[in-house]
Amino acid sequence: MDDLIQEFIAETRETLEALSGEIVAWEAEPGDRARLDAIFRFVHTVKGSCGFLDLPRLGRLSHAAEDVLAQVRAGERVPDRGLVNAVLAVVDRIGELVEAIDSGTSLDDSGDELLIAALAEGAEEISQAATGGGMRAASRSVRLNVDLLDRMMSGMSDMVLARNELARRLRGGDIDPTIEAALERLSLTVGEMRDTVTRTRMQKIDALFSALPRMVRDTAAGLSKSVQLHVEGADVELDREMIEMMRDPLVHIVRNAIDHGIEAPAERRAAGKRETGRLSVSARQSGNQIIIEIVDDGRGIDTEKLIRKMAAVGPRSERELRALSDRAKLDLVFQPGLSSKDEVTEVSGRGVGMDVVRASIEQIGGRVELDSTLGKGLRIAIHVPLTLSIISAIVVGVGQQRFAIPRQAIEEIVTDRSDAIRIDTLGATSIATVRERRMPLIDLGEILGLERSDEGGAHMLAIVSVSGGSYALSVDTVLDNEELVIKPASPAVMSTGLYAGQTLPDSGLPMLLLDCAGMASVSGLNFNRDANQGFEEEEVEQAETGTPALLFRDLDGVRRAVPLVAVDRVEQVEASAVRFAGGRFRATIDGRILPLASQGDIEGRGRLNVLRLKDGASEVSYAIDEALDIILLPEEVVAAREAGPVAGVALVGGEQIELLDVFWVFDEHADRDEEDGAEAPLCLIADTADGWMASFVRPLLESAGYRVTAQLAPGETPAVVLSSDETPPELAEKAPVVRLRRRRAANGAGDDSVYRYDRVGLLSALEARVSSRGEG
Amino acid sequence: MSHLYLIAQVAGRPVAIDSDQVESVVDIGEVTAVPRACAHVRGLAALRSRVVTVVDTQSALGLEPAPQAKRAVITLVDGHHYAMLVDALDDVAPFDLLPMAAGVALDSVWENAGRGIVERDGEPILAIDLASLVPSYASAAETAVVN
Repeated sequence: MDDLIQEFIAETRETLEALSGEIVAWEAEPGDRARLDAIFRFVHTVKGSCGFLDLPRLGRLSHAAEDVLAQVRAGERVPDRGLVNAVLAVVDRIGELVEAIDSGTSLDDSGDELLIAALAEGAEEISQAATGGGMRAASRSVRLNVDLLDRMMSGMSDMVLARNELARRLRGGDIDPTIEAALERLSLTVGEMRDTVTRTRMQKIDALFSALPRMVRDTAAGLSKSVQLHVEGADVELDREMIEMMRDPLVHIVRNAIDHGIEAPAERRAAGKRETGRLSVSARQSGNQIIIEIVDDGRGIDTEKLIRKMAAVGPRSERELRALSDRAKLDLVFQPGLSSKDEVTEVSGRGVGMDVVRASIEQIGGRVELDSTLGKGLRIAIHVPLTLSIISAIVVGVGQQRFAIPRQAIEEIVTDRSDAIRIDTLGATSIATVRERRMPLIDLGEILGLERSDEGGAHMLAIVSVSGGSYALSVDTVLDNEELVIKPASPAVMSTGLYAGQTLPDSGLPMLLLDCAGMASVSGLNFNRDANQGFEEEEVEQAETGTPALLFRDLDGVRRAVPLVAVDRVEQVEASAVRFAGGRFRATIDGRILPLASQGDIEGRGRLNVLRLKDGASEVSYAIDEALDIILLPEEVVAAREAGPVAGVALVGGEQIELLDVFWVFDEHADRDEEDGAEAPLCLIADTADGWMASFVRPLLESAGYRVTAQLAPGETPAVVLSSDETPPELAEKAPVVRLRRRRAANGAGDDSVYRYDRVGLLSALEARVSSRGEG
Repeated sequence: MSHLYLIAQVAGRPVAIDSDQVESVVDIGEVTAVPRACAHVRGLAALRSRVVTVVDTQSALGLEPAPQAKRAVITLVDGHHYAMLVDALDDVAPFDLLPMAAGVALDSVWENAGRGIVERDGEPILAIDLASLVPSYASAAETAVVN
């Protein structure tokens, strides 16, 4: 987080410096649209960053300024002197606050409200306060021009090649060991330097992704939505400059996805989706590009609505817009000044989003692709070029030549002599079967038109995965694993469609990087890609996860499982702590007496392993022999034939495992008196003098979960009254009454009393009365 | 107006190259072949820390390829460096670019590359545009299909 704040400070400071000229120019000519836009972008960016850096003060100020500027942009307000002054005052205050954050000092916030109030229409002009020279904290970081890094990088590569050349020459003749040692040292230093210099330009895309979880959480919470974020490919390395350039667009897109894309939980439920929206952000390298995909399962883009909106704003008519292709309709999102949502929200503002996003991505030679399914979700793919990215590559040899393949694309490498591999010819094509998996086979030598070095000898198969499927690539040898700096090759080379770029390894001889997807398409392989595949895969994964459960060996030797959520912990108790008391086994654990359930023989053991099962209110212990493993229960469980300790049988790893019925255990074993007193219905015993009820019926009622009293406390209302034959009439008005009779037979049809030794009848009558009262 | 031109030998005949197009002149070392690329592309070569695409100028002019050529003129076209192979280099001198003599019909590729003539001691030399000999996306794709 500190890193992010430092970066935010540095960035804001830099923009402010660049902006100071614009501000003065805008002051002189408030009608200047370009200047207005520059200032608007600045406050918008500050607002965006404040959102996830948790800087509410800055956020409030920038949001207020953005509102006013948006009104000016929309032509709703005229930028008069007062407004310009007020905006400039806010920009100044942002600068002061940023300096204050950096130096760790606090700034009096009393002025903020005044500044914001001054932005309102018709507010009095504020006087421009002289900005105080705040303290600047010394910084350990320097912001460098990327050109400088480029020159450093290129110089470094020259140095490496010079070293290689020197080493080659020295290897020729007898050399002095001291020279050799010096060369060794030089090599080492040069190697280290190269790594460092390389790193100055490269950054894991994680630098971009690491802020996402927090941002998604906060954004979603601010909108009362629930969003599950899935991040993938954070290891992909990208040019530092690209990462910087990608930051704002990515933030915009993610915010948009949460704000506009993913619906509120209620709406999702109504649409038959899971309440929790899914957002997946992934990066991968494909050919000579890095693709960053942001996929949500929200409502998608409503092109109809877009068209209506665009037509209302003009200049194109609705008919013109409707004539566009589907893709062009989607691309309307990129039109400036358009928000696909009706209300303006705190989060994604007002349509600065997508046009700015596309502009900044195109600036780095990338492009944005949209793929929307109305009601199902939106996939945004950002393609950025692979220039200067460092990738880990496998070097393979075919004939006399070497090629690099991105490590990321290779699933595994096998030799075609292995028993698990079959190669067959189907018609004119070859297919490889690798451990039951059938896939197309591409002979690298053949598609490149190169002589294989040794026909008939063992070849290596690299299993390559491309979007949509995998294929086997047959090569002569697999030589090395190297980190390579990939640069784009010239059009003459790229037009073959087979290469993703070129690189200059330490050997000093240029090498080509193969484009795995390109080779597949040149060879005519056809993987039909399902647009929804990502989601489906995810679903499969989730289905596989199932319910985690604890597998244990029970006292009777049977392997059983119990859902992990029910298990509070597993504990060992001494046999001496277990007693048969009060009609059942009970264990003393942590100074409490817990009912002990078991299937099998407890006696004769020195120590017992005990599962402590909790359902929130009550606790039961369950004796087992030993806990074995945490497993995942499949969703399919065969129910037991009758209610009992076993709920059903599940297939786990080919073995039938009995599932302990936690409901049954609690029902059977939990102490009733532990039920929450406030919840339990109150039963008033209107006893006759003989005390029969108090002594005989009371324990029965209590064990059935009632609170029993013979005397009402002031303010208490009974849920039910239990009385003997003669009910005092004043009680009958307060609560339903169950009357007990002494005689076994009922006294005619109108008699609703219960025979006093009819235990089941009594309990069901009580229950019926209590529940009918609850309904009334 | 006089301008610096580089006089080189290509396919046994002299050509003039605008010095603005020339970054340096080098001898190309080992070349990495680019399988499936168009025939004019000899391959890739390392030039210090840069990788350049080596173009067989003779082949690009529609003549027989010159596998022996080692000397090359380095030129930058659309952000990529190319090494254009030449037989030999004669001279660098200022010349005036003159329009082609009326009625002279060049072969189509030469026509495409020709920019005019310069006169060296009475000998007319064709001034060529290196960029037009660099296989572009479109032309490279065409030849690739033919292959």
